[in-house]
Amino acid sequence: MFSVFIQPRHPVLKKRDDFEDVLEERRRSSDLRYALRCYTPTLYKGLVPCKASMLKSIVLQSDHLQYVIKQVSSESGDSAECVAEEASLILDEMAHRLQLSTIRFFAFTLSKAFKRLFRSVCVNEEGIQRLQQAVQEHPVVLLPSHRSYMDFLMMSYLLYMCDLPLPVIAAGMDFMSMKFVGEMLRMSGAFFIRRSFGGDKLYWAVFSEYVKTMLRNGYAPVEFFLEGTRSRTCKSLTPKMGLLNIVMEPFFKGELFDVNLVPVSISYERILEESLYARELLGVPKPKESTSGLLKARRVLSEDYGSMHVYFGHPVSLRSLAEGKINRSQYNLLPRYIPQKPRVDTHEFLNDAAFRLVRIQEENMVLKPWVLIATLLLQNPDGLELSFLTEQTDWLRHLALAFGAFLDWPNHEACSEVVSCSLALHRHLLSVSAGHVQLNVTDAPQDETTPEEAVFHRAVVVLSCASYRNQILHVFLRPALLAVAMQSANSNRKDDVYNCFNFLRNMFSNEFILCPGDSVQDFEEACYLLMKRGVLQVLEHEIVMSASGHSTLAFLCSVLDPFLQGYQVVCRCLCEETNENLTEKEFIPAVRSFALKLILAGRLKCCEALSSDLQKNALAALLRLKAVRKVKVGDQVTLKVNKIAVNSLEDTLGGKIPTLKPILARL
Amino acid sequence: VCFESSPTAGARSLSLRQEIMKWNGWGYSDSRFLFNKKGQAEFTGKRYRLSGLILPSLKDWFEGTFGANLQHRSPATPSLNLSAVAPPNLNQPFVEDLKAAGLAVSHDPEDRVFRAHGHCLHEVFALREGRIGRVPDMVVWPSCHSDVEKIVELACKHNVCLIPYGGGTSVSSALECPREETRSIVSLDTSQMSRILWIDEKNLTAHVEAGIIGQDLERQLNERGYCTGHEPDSMEFSSLGGWVATRASGMKKNIYGNIEDLVVHIKMVTPRGVIEKSCLGPRMSTGPDIHHFILGSEGTLGVVTEVTLKIRPIPEYQKYGSVVFPNFQQGVACLREVARQRCAPASIRLMDNEQFQFGEFCFSLILLNFFLLKNFCFKGFDPQHLCVATLLFEGDRGKVLQHEKQVYDIAAKFGGLAAGEDNGQRGYMLTFVIAYLRDLGMDYYVIGESFETSVPWDRVLDLCRNVKERIVRECKERGVQCPPLSTSRVTQTYDAGACVYFYFAFNYRGLSDPVHVYEQVEHAAREEILANGGSLSHHHGVGKLRKEWMKESVSGVGLGMLKSVKEYVDPQNIFGNRNLL
Repeated sequence: MFSVFIQPRHPVLKKRDDFEDVLEERRRSSDLRYALRCYTPTLYKGLVPCKASMLKSIVLQSDHLQYVIKQVSSESGDSAECVAEEASLILDEMAHRLQLSTIRFFAFTLSKAFKRLFRSVCVNEEGIQRLQQAVQEHPVVLLPSHRSYMDFLMMSYLLYMCDLPLPVIAAGMDFMSMKFVGEMLRMSGAFFIRRSFGGDKLYWAVFSEYVKTMLRNGYAPVEFFLEGTRSRTCKSLTPKMGLLNIVMEPFFKGELFDVNLVPVSISYERILEESLYARELLGVPKPKESTSGLLKARRVLSEDYGSMHVYFGHPVSLRSLAEGKINRSQYNLLPRYIPQKPRVDTHEFLNDAAFRLVRIQEENMVLKPWVLIATLLLQNPDGLELSFLTEQTDWLRHLALAFGAFLDWPNHEACSEVVSCSLALHRHLLSVSAGHVQLNVTDAPQDETTPEEAVFHRAVVVLSCASYRNQILHVFLRPALLAVAMQSANSNRKDDVYNCFNFLRNMFSNEFILCPGDSVQDFEEACYLLMKRGVLQVLEHEIVMSASGHSTLAFLCSVLDPFLQGYQVVCRCLCEETNENLTEKEFIPAVRSFALKLILAGRLKCCEALSSDLQKNALAALLRLKAVRKVKVGDQVTLKVNKIAVNSLEDTLGGKIPTLKPILARL
Repeated sequence: VCFESSPTAGARSLSLRQEIMKWNGWGYSDSRFLFNKKGQAEFTGKRYRLSGLILPSLKDWFEGTFGANLQHRSPATPSLNLSAVAPPNLNQPFVEDLKAAGLAVSHDPEDRVFRAHGHCLHEVFALREGRIGRVPDMVVWPSCHSDVEKIVELACKHNVCLIPYGGGTSVSSALECPREETRSIVSLDTSQMSRILWIDEKNLTAHVEAGIIGQDLERQLNERGYCTGHEPDSMEFSSLGGWVATRASGMKKNIYGNIEDLVVHIKMVTPRGVIEKSCLGPRMSTGPDIHHFILGSEGTLGVVTEVTLKIRPIPEYQKYGSVVFPNFQQGVACLREVARQRCAPASIRLMDNEQFQFGEFCFSLILLNFFLLKNFCFKGFDPQHLCVATLLFEGDRGKVLQHEKQVYDIAAKFGGLAAGEDNGQRGYMLTFVIAYLRDLGMDYYVIGESFETSVPWDRVLDLCRNVKERIVRECKERGVQCPPLSTSRVTQTYDAGACVYFYFAFNYRGLSDPVHVYEQVEHAAREEILANGGSLSHHHGVGKLRKEWMKESVSGVGLGMLKSVKEYVDPQNIFGNRNLL
């Protein structure tokens, strides 16, 4: 395997654009005049001019939709007119009604809001220029990361500001239930899709044809979130393929020469939804989106959310991406309006492309100094002396930079200054007393709180803090996997270490963005980075730790520690579960109460095991590894646990079984 | 030309065509484009309607389109450097036997070089630079079917490689001598087998020797009041045998059919013997049609010697026409509707805007009338988008006029406006001179080529757009300084699709290996065609140029079937041009 020479990736050498604060201009001149200014966006060269209302009839008349209407009609026995009517209603429910006046309204109000919320909104000018070029050449798909409701408001706001065509945005149906706001969003370009419509052929046909028509006609850039939903943990989520497949198909079928995919990374110094997310992960259901909820959120307007960064990545040409991977002539033998399930190779391509695009999002995500501090504070639950924290932060900063992190570190400022600024902005998560900094975990609980409530309270702070640490995980992930692998491998032999690395990588591939099939490259990258840092020596057959490498390796191991522990808790919970018919629905509550018991008993320190995100990811991994099976009983889905397999996975994660092969044999 | 022929063959002038044709370019030696001292373009000679005319705006179009400059010339080597031609590798016993059989042969370098190439860009480019690759070692001129039988028999006996040669208009590298061939290569020139053997007026068929050239066949039949109606663009130079061997298509196929519809009987000499059917029945159910092993066999199985063709009385009336459409989409939609109603005229062709501009600016062909142009602009036609269809109607007068009305009515539904007969006629005339234009380009650092495909109706627009754009993009990526000319036209309509033609040319100044760049771009364009549902070829054939895609095009089993036929018919690979398979 190692004889195959794969060129190591050099994440460190990545060159990134400079930022400009777009709020600066807003603070100097009239927002009203700005909102009413002449807006003349750059247009796609092949644009077929068409009004939003005309779109609807194009979609309803399309061969594709007509075909599906006939099909559905003959399957269901309903008349074609009836099905067509239904399609028309679906489209009404879905379609956007982009209006410039609404955009102008938003341009005005958002200017006001953003100025109150953020110290600055920084955008890479060159990215905008590249986008301006890209929208003229080929239809564009905008793929922003998704951390906050702010994301798509901000996107449209910026595009309006830069005289770029306003995007149409795929939004979840939940917004639509918000009176007035739903309609406002619709008029600013959002179109609404149901969260699940699995087998509904007609819905899928209307939806996909609607998106494709807009793309083919060059009507507007199509914007959607690869991650499908807001990441509550600030880790990138495993991408969803559905919409990506839809926007790629017009290229596969030759209807478009090319499509420009533009990954956009939006990062927040402080996330508006920070503690909401933490509560949600701990099992307090999220409040249903409602207008009054949003009004209550006005409270957030009075707080300081620091700065925000938007990085428009290089447009990725779908044509170049698909070169040599997709044989477009596979579409030659079927009329193109007949829907076709993606073939295996297409599916693989989609998957690979989606992961790569999310990786680009990750890499262009700006990290603030606080992210480093949060990482250190989480690793030291008892707190640190401020001076030591400053020293450590500086050390970590250099490590992160060496690994290619996109760090926004203020120029010409003393490290201590930077640290205390960050601490001030996030003071609600901390307690600082007499030069000692600690997470707000031991915040004197009121007398009447139960021990459970105290744990819960602590967990909110930990998970809030973790959502910052999570932002930098992608930088440390590969070296950290290697560090843990070296610790648990039973020798220094390269293939032993690789086996362990591969096991961990496989185990965590629902947790982190790890491109499928990139195992060897990831390993080589991790080796390269640590070797360059002087932590390791990679010999022909062995990997040896350098004398000075200990602290780095220890740090990297503890980066992954919460996840290792969390997964072990999930495994142990499943092994000790006595209910043979544990349903899928009961899984999260079961693990949560199991973890809570361990914490209360003092046997578990790690609060992150309480996170439903981690628990879901662990279950997904176990299902993927076939240690757990889903069985449908009646209308319930129950989980059948192979306890031997789960147990040995737990032991391997805990480093109790050092090598991988015996386990596999036992499985 | 040196004759080493027997007295019997000496009576005929063997190389007549060769004498009046260019050795390193298209067509007749006396007919060529040039820029005169005033910088105006002229077309020399007397053969064409355009001959002797001055074309004042061609220079501007040429310089504007290609960024070329008349100061920058890239002239061809004036004459063939005989020393560049390798001495022939003769199979002496074979030569002796041929001579003994009384056959005309030659190993003169000029004769050999003339038959060593078709008209692919790389072939002509090399000739212009005086580079001569592997050429046939000798040429033999059979004068009838039994001569061919003798030659093939001797070739088998002495194991020499035979390459049949008809009109030499191949654009698929089909005539190139395979580099790896070590045997003596003999070009079998069918030009002396050019007689119409009989005409059967009861059944409306003619039995013709396969070496006859298209225009001669048509002229001789016309003298008797008949025609075949088969008019490929190359008909001045291509031969009947060549049509059969490549599955040729004629401009007027809507009335007369393509070559496979025209043939009633084919006689071919193969190493296994003669293949032919036993009767002249118009259609048979006798297993797979053996004609379809021959049609498109590209000289890999044997020599087509005689063909029985359908003939028709010369049509009473012919009328040209043209229609201007606001854009290409509307034009294609109109052609599609015409095909749907099965009322296509003898010929209907749709040029895109770039070709319209080319015709307009170089030859002032279309829209000569200033008022007409104004009229179109008034009606909202954008000169940057409009495109032109040219039409040719044939038949008896009343029906033609009726037909014409039907087609113009359909056109009107798609925003098409009639633009006159003259424009239509000029459009068709352009077909015959356009090949000469490439030679002019090559004098000024511009190289180009045309290629074709066939594609279902619903993919015509997407295919045209994507292929044109791919060409532009590939040129840019390969360092071509000026954007290339990249244009398309729809030249044939069928029930289920259309034939699409692409013209592609660029200025190669500053490129170290222009032909290689050209080939890479053409390769990419073909990949794009296949990816967009187009066929490997509509009528040019596969030759060696497109061989790599054969398996993908006809499936592994399909290719295996063809190979097994080859294996049976020609186990020694006597017909060793290595085309197709």
